Amino acid sequence: MRILVIEDDLEAQRYLVNGLKEAGHVVDDAADGDTGLTLALSRPYDVAIVDRMLPKMDGLDVVSEMREHSNATPVLFLSALSDVDDRVKGLKAGGDDYLTKPYAFVELLARIDALMRRRSPSSVKTRLQVGDLELDLLTRAAKRNGTAIDLQPREFRLLEYLMRHAGQVVTRTMLLESVWEYHFDPQTNVIDVHISRLRAKIDKGFELPLLHTVRGAGYMIRAHA
Amino acid sequence: MRTLSVLRTQAFRIVFVYVAVFALSVSALLAFTYWNTERALDAQTDQIIDAEITGLAEQYQRLGLRGLAEVVMSRSAHGGPGLYLLLDRAKQPIAGNLDGMPQKMKGQGPEVEFDYERKAEGQLQRRRARGRVFQLLGGFQLLVAQDVHERFLTEKLFSTTLPWTVVLMLLLGLIGGGLMSRNMLRRLDQINRTAGEIVAGDLTRRVPVSRAHDEFDTLAESLNRMLDRIERLMGGVREVTDSVAHDLRTPLNRLRNRLEDTLRHLDPDGREAGEIEAAMRETDQIITTFNALLLIAQADAGVMRGAVSLIDLAPITDDVAELYSPLAEEKGVSLEIKPAGATMIEGNRSLISQALANLIDNAIKYTPEGGHITVWPAVTPQGVDLIVADTGPGIPREDRVRVVERFVRLEASRNSPGTGLGLSLVAAVASLHGAQLLLEDNHPGLKAIIRFRRPPLPGRSPQRR
Repeated sequence: MRILVIEDDLEAQRYLVNGLKEAGHVVDDAADGDTGLTLALSRPYDVAIVDRMLPKMDGLDVVSEMREHSNATPVLFLSALSDVDDRVKGLKAGGDDYLTKPYAFVELLARIDALMRRRSPSSVKTRLQVGDLELDLLTRAAKRNGTAIDLQPREFRLLEYLMRHAGQVVTRTMLLESVWEYHFDPQTNVIDVHISRLRAKIDKGFELPLLHTVRGAGYMIRAHA
Repeated sequence: MRTLSVLRTQAFRIVFVYVAVFALSVSALLAFTYWNTERALDAQTDQIIDAEITGLAEQYQRLGLRGLAEVVMSRSAHGGPGLYLLLDRAKQPIAGNLDGMPQKMKGQGPEVEFDYERKAEGQLQRRRARGRVFQLLGGFQLLVAQDVHERFLTEKLFSTTLPWTVVLMLLLGLIGGGLMSRNMLRRLDQINRTAGEIVAGDLTRRVPVSRAHDEFDTLAESLNRMLDRIERLMGGVREVTDSVAHDLRTPLNRLRNRLEDTLRHLDPDGREAGEIEAAMRETDQIITTFNALLLIAQADAGVMRGAVSLIDLAPITDDVAELYSPLAEEKGVSLEIKPAGATMIEGNRSLISQALANLIDNAIKYTPEGGHITVWPAVTPQGVDLIVADTGPGIPREDRVRVVERFVRLEASRNSPGTGLGLSLVAAVASLHGAQLLLEDNHPGLKAIIRFRRPPLPGRSPQRR
């Protein structure tokens, strides 16, 4: 995958680029808004990672410009500003996701994966399937191996999010943001408890577990071990 | 409502008290003057009576009773203010212009006052007189008096007019005070309204200044100068928190990146990897603490970040409680949400959710197995209370104020994880909403209340700057 990194903090940029390369991505980098915008408009990228505060041209303006040139590359904002309205501003300018510094690299990777997948038109699906687990988005019914599973509304949304990102790492923060719409750290790991309840409903009594814990990162639902 | 507030102003009280004191002193002065005048008039009358008596006594000594009777008769015929009556032993009148000894006589000392009747302008008139009675030798009595009816009328007039004058003065004072305080109230209202709007978050508002250049304008001008300065300082706080956030997060970001990078190149099961992971956890703890401190600092400065809108506390409570209910269940604690009616407040959903999450998280942490936690928003006459009540150990009364302070953790909880900023953060979020965090006894346990006041009805200011 081709990724564009626009970040003015050179040390942070180096770690970011190295990390992404080690994860198997092809990475271009720019240290200011102008150069970044030129690169973004001249070459196709799967994802752009843009710092919000950049010299020459602000990160928000870079993304607005990209959108004005009908460039639809998914954008992940990085910012040292954590307030809810900073996030809202970022998303309004055309960003697709917003990550506050300091971030965990696994969090960044998971979010990039999610952004790249989003480009494929999977959101129009009315049924999700992972192995023998099926989720009907219209009737809001879950079945595993033909047996109906009774889910609470929130559990359904949790499972839906996991299944939409099947095969990808989903972090606790991503779950908290998309399933509960909270943008704060709840300190105690409440998400883990919700996951273990969901796991008890979908994996208990089956030989092959589907919901896996990814150490140091989050969770993943997948059909094969 | 309006008149009530006018009556309760300082200006009104001052004017009213002033007028009351003024009325009282004027009445006292008038009463004193009147009393003095009356005394002088009485003294004059008494002198005349004295002179008459001296004259009559001479006649009596010279001419005896018969002579006295003649003089009395001749004087009585004059028709002046002088009044005379000579009585014999059987109290029958011998001479004089009075019909008989008056029934009622008032007064101490030699002088007495009495009423008598006299024909004037064809009508019988009841008049007031003042005089002296003498016992003559042989059981005869002599009354010598002067008509003082004019003085009596003046006295009557005075005693009826004075109370009315006082009432009138007080009434005028009431009206004057009302007018003055209404005027002052209008000016003060403008200042109050401006202050209210500023407290509500609009720092650009200023007190209107009139062209009168009076003391209120001087006050308004100095208030406005103060507000200019506060606005600049607040802008400064906003900038400082932004740059502190940026300047601290950037190196923290590099630190975390470096640790992660190192970790990626280590054997995941080795000793070093464990150490690096521990260092990363510490870094995350620093970040959490820093984020909480930043929010508290912004709240202290009154800088509200994020959108404020009319929100219902009931679904917010449901959502946060739902997030925590599996955690509570796992700990063997029941988490109950009491339903509520319309609990609308002006606020920021995200911040209130975070504050509520902190309170519920605390409650779960400190409530022992088998305990109960109840969460509900309650409508009160003043606004809405958001309540989290548990059956844990509670907080001793003497510590309740202290725990809200930054980094204070009671000795008993020293060993459980946490930043010690949880309750301060809740208090900060409360203060951003003009609300208050109250900690009360739940008998047993802790009852944490975020007390939101109902937003004041939007009052339109008549004058916009």
